[in-house]
Amino acid sequence: MKGENYMTLEFPSKSANEGFARAAVACFAAQLDPTLDELGDVKTAVSEAVTNCIVHAYPDELGPVILKARILPDNVLDLIVKDRGCGIDNIEQARTPMFTTGGDDRSGMGITIMESFMTEFHLSSTPGKGTTVHMKRKIVRRGGKK
Amino acid sequence: MKLTSFVQDRQLTIALTGEIDHHSAKEIMDTVSDKIDVYMPLRCILDFRDVRFMDSSGIAVVLHALRRMNMLQGKLLLQNIPAQPYKVLRAAGIEKITEIKEECPK
Repeated sequence: MKGENYMTLEFPSKSANEGFARAAVACFAAQLDPTLDELGDVKTAVSEAVTNCIVHAYPDELGPVILKARILPDNVLDLIVKDRGCGIDNIEQARTPMFTTGGDDRSGMGITIMESFMTEFHLSSTPGKGTTVHMKRKIVRRGGKK
Repeated sequence: MKLTSFVQDRQLTIALTGEIDHHSAKEIMDTVSDKIDVYMPLRCILDFRDVRFMDSSGIAVVLHALRRMNMLQGKLLLQNIPAQPYKVLRAAGIEKITEIKEECPK
């Protein structure tokens, strides 16, 4: 099977990398010719996923964050954000809107936003091993382009 | 963090700028709180005109300012919100708990 375009990034869980991660994905996604709205949705979802690694996966240390992006057939952007951090004990609870273990500074809306801004969203986690977020976003093909 | 603000008739307007994410949110939150504490306004307006990007960290910034204004029995208003931050704020139902003065034209 001939794979389409892809990229992989790895960086430490420093908050300065949040902006870098979403900008890198936005540049990669540009080849799908997204609208500003679509690009905004993708950037927001990436920002949420990477922030979760920084705030929750590695609360007291730095650890690797792995970001993979692929272009799938039919103009679909496929994204994986992975960490080797502490994992999530209760996924059901983590997915509840407004629930957070991050205190007053966090809104608890990260996962809800990823779910609603992306076409597909999967979350898997093993306590003590790490968490993987897998999401897809279909970019609508616009007229005038093949 | 420096944020431009002005006060008139106990109304404090604060212009937010740049990208609001977890990396920048704490400083923005602290700056907004400090300004509210110094000026004790009756109305506080957060202006989003120059916000280029915002994720859910921005929701926490708004909620933080809202709690502060509630303590002062004042009002919080949001204005000039570009499309991307607006979508994030709407996902959290912010328009139900605070007033949005005007949305920025696209």
